[in-house]
Amino acid sequence: MTARVTFGKDLTDLEGLSADQIRTILDVAEPFKEISERPIKKVPALRGKTIVNLFYEPSTRTRVSFEFAEKRLSADTVNISGVGSSVQKGESLVDTARNLEAMRIDMVVVRHGSSGAAQFLADRIPSNVINGGDGQHEHPTQGLLDMLTIRDHLGSIEGRRVCIVGDILHSRVARSNIWGLLKLGAEVAVCGPPTLIPPGIEALGVGVLKRVEEAIEWAEVLNVLRLQLERMEAGYIPSLREYNRFFGISVARLEKAPRDILILHPGPMNRGVEIDSHVADGPHSVILQQVTNGVAVRMAVLYLLAGGRPERAEAAKKESRE
Amino acid sequence: MSRPMLLRGGRVIDPSQKLDERLDLLLADGRVARLGRDLEVPEGAELVTVDGLVVAPGLVDLHVHFREPGEEHKETIRSGAQAAVAGGFTSVCAMPNTDPPIDDPAAVSFVRAEGQRAGFAHVYPVGAVSVGQKGEEMTEIGELVAAGAVAVSDDGHPVWNAGLMRRALEYTKAFDIPVFSHSEELGLTGHGVMNEGPVSTVLGLRGIPNAAEDVAVARDCIIAELTGGQLHIQHVSTRGAVEIIGAAKARGVSVSAEVTPHHLALTDEAVRGYRTEAKVKPPLRSTADVTAVRDALLAGVIDCIATDHAPHHYEDKEREFDDAPFGLIGVETALGVCIRELVVSGHLDLSELINRLSCRPAQIARLPAGTLAEGSPADVVVFDPEARWTCRPNEFYSLSRNTPFAGQELVGRVVMTIVDGRSVFARGADH
Repeated sequence: MTARVTFGKDLTDLEGLSADQIRTILDVAEPFKEISERPIKKVPALRGKTIVNLFYEPSTRTRVSFEFAEKRLSADTVNISGVGSSVQKGESLVDTARNLEAMRIDMVVVRHGSSGAAQFLADRIPSNVINGGDGQHEHPTQGLLDMLTIRDHLGSIEGRRVCIVGDILHSRVARSNIWGLLKLGAEVAVCGPPTLIPPGIEALGVGVLKRVEEAIEWAEVLNVLRLQLERMEAGYIPSLREYNRFFGISVARLEKAPRDILILHPGPMNRGVEIDSHVADGPHSVILQQVTNGVAVRMAVLYLLAGGRPERAEAAKKESRE
Repeated sequence: MSRPMLLRGGRVIDPSQKLDERLDLLLADGRVARLGRDLEVPEGAELVTVDGLVVAPGLVDLHVHFREPGEEHKETIRSGAQAAVAGGFTSVCAMPNTDPPIDDPAAVSFVRAEGQRAGFAHVYPVGAVSVGQKGEEMTEIGELVAAGAVAVSDDGHPVWNAGLMRRALEYTKAFDIPVFSHSEELGLTGHGVMNEGPVSTVLGLRGIPNAAEDVAVARDCIIAELTGGQLHIQHVSTRGAVEIIGAAKARGVSVSAEVTPHHLALTDEAVRGYRTEAKVKPPLRSTADVTAVRDALLAGVIDCIATDHAPHHYEDKEREFDDAPFGLIGVETALGVCIRELVVSGHLDLSELINRLSCRPAQIARLPAGTLAEGSPADVVVFDPEARWTCRPNEFYSLSRNTPFAGQELVGRVVMTIVDGRSVFARGADH
């Protein structure tokens, strides 16, 4: 590594990261992958650090993934979820933040239903804040693990054609993917019902494909987003059945692809809606590897924000064997 | 009655008389007594030297929210009226979306009486169009006018029912008052919290398209044409609304329009960083819209500037963007923002700015204001048009602090404000 890449206090979005910073996180994730394969899955890199996982929205995958990442780095963790906490008693986000700070914590991972909530917290407390997904804004660690997975399979991100399919309008995963992929030199397109494509998305430098067949024709990677049932209730689409018929990723559609297509999905899947089971469980799906990579990427982010030096990641890993 | 007062040596700008020259102004018995060169100081009069300062008719704001009754922690009629005179406004129109709303004569009388008791700016109540501002049943508009209402509006909410808007525009003709319209099609606003466009897409915030305003403005202009009632469009923010209003005016429809200082000065970029002090309805728009509303003001399609002063308690704004209320305060920054954005930049000269901040709004609401003609009420603002100052919300008279201009340098500052011949605000040397 030549010039030293440094990180700020927080990770709230990929929009604000440089290509070098993103590459560094992915590179640091590589040695961390192996820790999860060991019989004793623990290194002491974050020993003595206190991390709060503050989840205002229900989440299984992201919360558990962060918790494993934290524990495998030997941090002390506390989980706060929306139900049964002061959050339910109507305490404001700013008061919750101040109270956590008063308990002298080192890091907060926050998941919240409002866009900007992670930034809000980051601006108000001296601890490191990691965005675990804020409203429809960003989900930076998901974007990073998606990129790590693409890199694992295609060797590089630069020049690759990635299409994000589905509800782009409400998707924080889409935004983090767009920023991250563009910074690393990928070509990015989005595809979905026009009611779920945000206005002005082209201004970010992504193409808009009207039909999923075009996406399959064009892309090397499809990142298939979860379609939430609420979107139907809010009138964005007439029915899930119709969505599946026109935008669902099926084997029949994929068979027409001019090349093998890598299939990603951030989960949880609605089988038979945005993705058919045969695709999800098929040979091109890397959905479970995304989950595995999620732990490694989050370990890398925690390690780097805690002040860990990228070039010492390998050594940090080895310390546990001494 | 206070002592007579002679303002000596100021640059008197009074667009109602096409005046812009160095003159002395004598106020006595709450009226403008004389305007002329080298006036003698009458026996017992107070002499105020205002060399190098502008002397103009007190500013008139057709759009403020003083929150009383019901939300006195945000603003009271007294604090709002004091903030108004600190900003050079001597007459303000208080919107009826209080708790309870100003929808009966007793409530109108209360607002008037509180304004008089405070003794700062004249506070003119605007009554509700519909009972409870629910958009269903028309209020007793005649009774409201008899009690002192100068206009009706359901501001805060649109009059969503086109039939009710028709009846209101027809019925108000009997009382010679305008209907102030917050024109918004809620079906297009949805759950939007900021302008719909590239910035909302990046921030992941739900957008409010220009069409939410355009559609409603078009509807209201068409109903005004149908009825011949006097329609006043509040807080115009889009290039589309400007075109629609311009076309209606060209057809001879009785429609006027206001624009806020923030819509003249800021775009939706001000929201970046999830800045809740820039969360407002209508939302801050694109550069093309800002250009359009500035041009429309210049061309007279938009008649006047009004602040839509909307105080909110700090803890209501200190939260997630989605959950923060819409609105920002403006009476103490309006003049400084407008001079910076419009005069320094060469869009309007000072005289035209005063016309749009005083004479025109007074005409729209038929208020006894907006002129220094002899015999008119002695409502005067004295300001330094070149003073540069930093906007510091903790120095505001308003009880609230929610301004997107905090920390910015503004140009032009009020030195003294006179209402009914009494000095109700004078800035100390330390300010």
